[in-house]
Amino acid sequence: MTYNKPISKGVDWLVVFLYAVLVAIGILCIFMVEYKPGVNVISAFLSGKTSYSKQLMFAGICVILATFILLSDSKLYTAFANLFYVLGIGLMMATFVIGKSVNGSKSWIPLGGGFNLQPAELCKIFTALALAKYISLQDMDFSKTRSQIIAAGIALFPAVLSRLQHETGLALVYLCFFIAMYREGLPPKILVIGFSFAVLVVATLLVDKNWLAGILTVIAGAVAFFMRSLIKRDKAVLIYIILIWGVCVGIQRFAVPYIFNNVFECYQSQRIYMAIGLTYDCNENKAFKNGTSKTQHQTDDYNVRQSKIAIGSGGLAGKGFLKGTQTRGKYVPEQSTDFIFTSLGEAFGFAGCAIFMCLYIALLLRIVWIAERQRSTFSRVYAYCVASILFFHITVNVCMTIGLFPSIGIALPLISYGGSSLLTFTVLIFILLRLDADRQMVLR
Amino acid sequence: MPVYNQSRSRVIQIIFVSVFLIIVAQLLHLQIFSNQYKIEAENIAIFRKTIYPSRGLVYDRKHRAILENTVMYDLEVTPSEVKSPDTLTLCNILGIDTVEFKKRVRSAIIKNSYFKPSVFESLLTPETYARINENLYKFPGFTLNERPVRDYPYDAGSVVFGYVSEVDSNYIKNSKDVKYEIGDYAGKTGLEREYEKVLMGTRGVKRFLRDTHGRIQGSYENGAFDTAAVTGKSLHLSLDIELQQLGEKLMNNKVGSIVAIDPRTGGILCMVSSPTYDPQSIAGPEGRKRFAELQVDPRSPFINRAVNARYSPGSTFKTIVGTVALTEGVIDDKMTTTCTGAYWGCGRRLGCLDPGTFAFREAVAHSCNTYFAITFRKVIDDPKFPNASAALANFNRYAYSFGLGRPLGTDVPFEKGGNIPVPSYYDKIFGPRWVSCNIISNAIGQGEVQTTLMQLANAMATIANKGWYYTPHLVDSIENADNEDEHMLDSFKVKHHTLDIPEHVFDIVQDGMQEVMEFGTGSAVQVPGIVVCGKTGTVQNSLNGVKLPDHSFFGAFAPRGAPRIAIAVMCENAGMGSQAAAPIASLMIEKYLKDSIPEPDRQALVEQMAAKNLIPKYMLQEMQAQDSARRARQEKILQQKLEKAKKDSAHINAVSRPAANANPVSLLTNKKTPAKKAKSLTDTDMTLVRRNEKPKNTKTTGI
Repeated sequence: MTYNKPISKGVDWLVVFLYAVLVAIGILCIFMVEYKPGVNVISAFLSGKTSYSKQLMFAGICVILATFILLSDSKLYTAFANLFYVLGIGLMMATFVIGKSVNGSKSWIPLGGGFNLQPAELCKIFTALALAKYISLQDMDFSKTRSQIIAAGIALFPAVLSRLQHETGLALVYLCFFIAMYREGLPPKILVIGFSFAVLVVATLLVDKNWLAGILTVIAGAVAFFMRSLIKRDKAVLIYIILIWGVCVGIQRFAVPYIFNNVFECYQSQRIYMAIGLTYDCNENKAFKNGTSKTQHQTDDYNVRQSKIAIGSGGLAGKGFLKGTQTRGKYVPEQSTDFIFTSLGEAFGFAGCAIFMCLYIALLLRIVWIAERQRSTFSRVYAYCVASILFFHITVNVCMTIGLFPSIGIALPLISYGGSSLLTFTVLIFILLRLDADRQMVLR
Repeated sequence: MPVYNQSRSRVIQIIFVSVFLIIVAQLLHLQIFSNQYKIEAENIAIFRKTIYPSRGLVYDRKHRAILENTVMYDLEVTPSEVKSPDTLTLCNILGIDTVEFKKRVRSAIIKNSYFKPSVFESLLTPETYARINENLYKFPGFTLNERPVRDYPYDAGSVVFGYVSEVDSNYIKNSKDVKYEIGDYAGKTGLEREYEKVLMGTRGVKRFLRDTHGRIQGSYENGAFDTAAVTGKSLHLSLDIELQQLGEKLMNNKVGSIVAIDPRTGGILCMVSSPTYDPQSIAGPEGRKRFAELQVDPRSPFINRAVNARYSPGSTFKTIVGTVALTEGVIDDKMTTTCTGAYWGCGRRLGCLDPGTFAFREAVAHSCNTYFAITFRKVIDDPKFPNASAALANFNRYAYSFGLGRPLGTDVPFEKGGNIPVPSYYDKIFGPRWVSCNIISNAIGQGEVQTTLMQLANAMATIANKGWYYTPHLVDSIENADNEDEHMLDSFKVKHHTLDIPEHVFDIVQDGMQEVMEFGTGSAVQVPGIVVCGKTGTVQNSLNGVKLPDHSFFGAFAPRGAPRIAIAVMCENAGMGSQAAAPIASLMIEKYLKDSIPEPDRQALVEQMAAKNLIPKYMLQEMQAQDSARRARQEKILQQKLEKAKKDSAHINAVSRPAANANPVSLLTNKKTPAKKAKSLTDTDMTLVRRNEKPKNTKTTGI
C-alpha cells in the first residue's frame, strides 16, 4: 500500500456516472414539480427556499461525503460494522424516548437547526454492514440453519423496531436482505414459500373463500394423482401433500383474515385491498374499532388515481419538460417525495420512463457484477445488500405510483426529494465503491 | 467459502430483470394502450372557458339594421376571494339585504364550487353597472363579465324576430345537430329560432390550466388550442321596418294581425301580430319578470296570429270560389242573381247585407252571399262529376294550388296549415250521399274552411300575379352564406303555379275586387291615386256558445296591373271588414307604395285607427280579473311581511341588539312589487298550442 495512491484508483466509474446522472434527473424532477411560470427561476433558486435548490445543496454535501468515504480505509468498515449496528439499534431505541413525531410516526430524532435524523434510514447501512460482517466470519458455515436464523435476526431486528414506530414502509425494506442471504446459501424454498404465501394471500382476497378451498383441494388431488406411483412407494408423500393442503386452507380461512383485521391497521388493509382493486371494510378492523387507527380511504384512492392519471397521460413521448398539466396543477399529492416518478412519467412519457428504468437496471446489474468480482465475502455480501435495498426501493416505489403495489412511504432512490434519503443512498453506494476499489484485498 | 452458490447470482439477476419487465409492461398499459388516463387528465387539469359569440345581425329591405347586439354585464362572484367586502354598500346598490347576499354567495358555492366565478346578479341595468364599476375595487371577489344581448333599435317586430333565452336540459337533449351547453342562448321563436344555426355563430373556447383547487394557473400551451368565437351570420330581410312600425301602431289596442307580401318575390313586407310587446323589455335586466307577465296575459301576445292561428276567412274566400266557378265554366260573368236580403235555397236563412240584382263583378263588390251560395252549389253539383264528393275534391285541388289547406312552408316557425275540408270528412258526418246544401257555409268562407292570415295574403298575391306565387318568406339572403345556408332558402326560389286558370278569369275577379274599392264595401277607404283591388270579410263567431262581435277581414293587392304589395288584415271582434281591417289595409298600402302618407285627412285616419281600442270584451274581463287577483295576492304578501317584520323587530328589541336595518317596515315599502309566479320559459310552446285551439272552439255561422 502506497501512501500517495490517488483516490480514483480502482473506483468503478460506471457506477459513479450512473449515480451522478440519477441525482441530476432527481433534481430536474423536483424542479418540474416546483416550477411556476412567471416566477424568476434564478432568484427563486438563489434564495435557497425551493426544494430543488435544497436538494442541490444536499447533492453538494453528498459529493463531499462521497470523497471522504473514498479517501477512507476499507478496513474501517469491517472493523466498525458491529459497532455501527449497535449504534444504529441504540438510536432507534432512543427514538422511543426522545423521538419526535413527524407525519404521525415517532421515528425522528431532532438534531436542531430544523434538521431531523431518522435512525431507521441510517440503520439500513449499518444492518448491511453487520450482515456482511456476520456472514463473512472466518468459521462461518452459512448452510447451517442456526447461522441462517441468526443472520435473519440481524436483518429483521431493526424491522421490528421500525414496525413499532409505525414505519411499515421502512420495516418492509429489511425484508430485502433475504435476497442477499439467498445468494449466500439460504435455502431457495424459503423464497418459494414466501412467494407462494403472497400468491395465496392475493388469491384469498380475490376469490370467494369456499371456491378457493375447492380449488386448493382440486390442486392437491391432482398432485396426488400425478404422484400416485410415488405415494405407493412412500406414504409420507401423501401425508406431506395433505399437510400442505391443510396449511394452505388454514391460511386462507383463518390466517389472512386475522392478519388483515387484527395485525394491520385499517388504512394498511385498505391500501392492500386497493392495489388489487377491492375495497376493505374498516368496520371489521380491530384497531379501527378500538379507535386507535386513522381512516384515509378516500384520500388514498385519490393519491394513486391521480398518480396513474399523471403517468398515463404522458403517452409515448410525454408532454415535454415543464409542460405536464397534472404536475403544474399539483394534482398528485407528495409529488416531490414519494410520487416523484409521476412528474417524469408525465413529462417524458413511456420513452422517458423506459430509459429511466434502464438506467436503474444498469446500476443494479453493475452492482451484482461488482459483487461477483470481490475476493472477500464481506464485500460481496455488502454489495448484494446494496443491490437488494436499491431494488426493493425502486420496485416498491414505482409499483406504488403505477398502481401495482399498495402505497407505502418509500422513497425512489437518488430521485425523491429529501436529504436523509439522498445521503443514505450516497453513503451506501460509495462504501461499496470504496470496498470495490480494494477488491483484491481479503477483508474480514 | 460457499462458492457453489455462484449460480444464484444469475437467479437474482433474472429476478431483477423480470420485475423491471413487469413494471415496463404496466407502463406500456398505462401510457400507450389505455386512453382513459389522457382523457381524465384533460378533464381534470384543463379548464375550458366558453367565449360566447355575438349573434348575427338582421337588416331590412333598405339595409337598415333592425336587430343588433349590445353588451350587458353580469356581476360574478368568486366566493373564495370574497374578503369581508363592503357588503352593505354592494347590497344598497343592488337593492338587496345582507341575508339575501349571504344566500346568494352560499348558493354560488353549492352550484359552482368555492373557487370558480358564478353569476351573482345577471344583466345589470346601465345605472347599476356604472355604480358597481365605480366601486368595484371595494368588493374583492366580484367581477363584471360581458354578455352580448339583443338590441332592437326600432322597438318593433318582436313577433318577426322572436326571442332568445338560455337553453335548458331538455333543449340540449333534443337538439341533435348543434351541441349546446348550459349557459348558451338559443332562439326559441321567430327568426331567432328558424335561422338559429345561421345566427348563433360559433362558440370560442379558451383553455386554461387549473390546479387541484380549481384555480386558474394561466393559459394552456399559450393558447395554441384556443379557438376564437365567430360572430353569427347576418340576415337580409324583405321586411320593411317602417311599414312594420306603422302596422304595429295601427294595430295598437286591437287583437289581430297584418301580413303584407311582395307578390313579385314572395318576400314578406310586414308581419304584425297584435297585441305585441317591446322586444327590448324581455331581453334586459327585468326580462324574466316581464316574460312571465306576458305569458299569463289573456291576449296571448306570444302567439303569432299571422301563422300560428287559423281563422275562417269569411267573404275574402269568395274570390277563390268565384275564380274556380269561372274556370270550371259553371257560371260566367254575365250570370245574374237577385238577392232579396237572404238566401233560402237550402231551406235555412243565409243572410245578405245588400239586396239587389248582381252580375259577377257587382256581386264581389257588394259581397253578395246569395250569389256565391248559388255559385258554390253550381260548382259542387256540377254534372261533370258523378257526385258532390268528386266535385269538392276538384274544388279543393284549386284551393291547394293557391297555397290553402296546407302549411305554405314559410320561414316563420309553428306555421299552421289552415283547413280545406276534404270529401271524406263530410262522408263521415253526413254519410256518402251528402249534397251541396250540406256545406253551403263554405261558399262564403265560413263553416269548416279555415286559413291563416299568411295564406290569405298569399292567395291575394296569387290573384295579383294571375296564377303563381313564391312561398312567402322573411329572409332574402344570408351574408357569407355557405352551401348549407343557401339550401335553407332554396324552397323560396321555386315558382308555384295554380291549376290552369285562364287569364281572363283573373281579369274578371280583379275587376270585381277593383269595384269593391270603387263603389263596393271598401269604397270608404280608397287610396288616393292608386288602383287597389280588395275584398272585405266579416266573420260571425262565438266563444263557448256566446255570440261575439264579428271578426273584421280584408284582403287586397295594389297597384292593379303591376302589383307590388298583397296584404291581408284581420281584427278579432272588431266588426265588419270595412270598419277596421279595410282602413288599416288601405293605409298600409299607401305607406308602402308612396313611402309616406301625405294627405292630412289620411294622416288623421292613421291616428284615428291607432287610437281605436278594439280589445274583445271577454279578454278585458279576464285581464281585470287577473289584475284584481294579483292585487289581492300582493296585499296578502305585504300583510304577512309586515307581521313578520313586527315579530322580528320585537325579537330584536327583546335581545336588545341594534338591528342592521333599523326599520324593517321602510325596507318593505322600498321593495318592488313581487313578481308573479313565473312559468318556465319552455312553457311557451304549450301556451301556443293551448291558445291556438281557441279558433276551433269559436263556432262560426254564416251571414
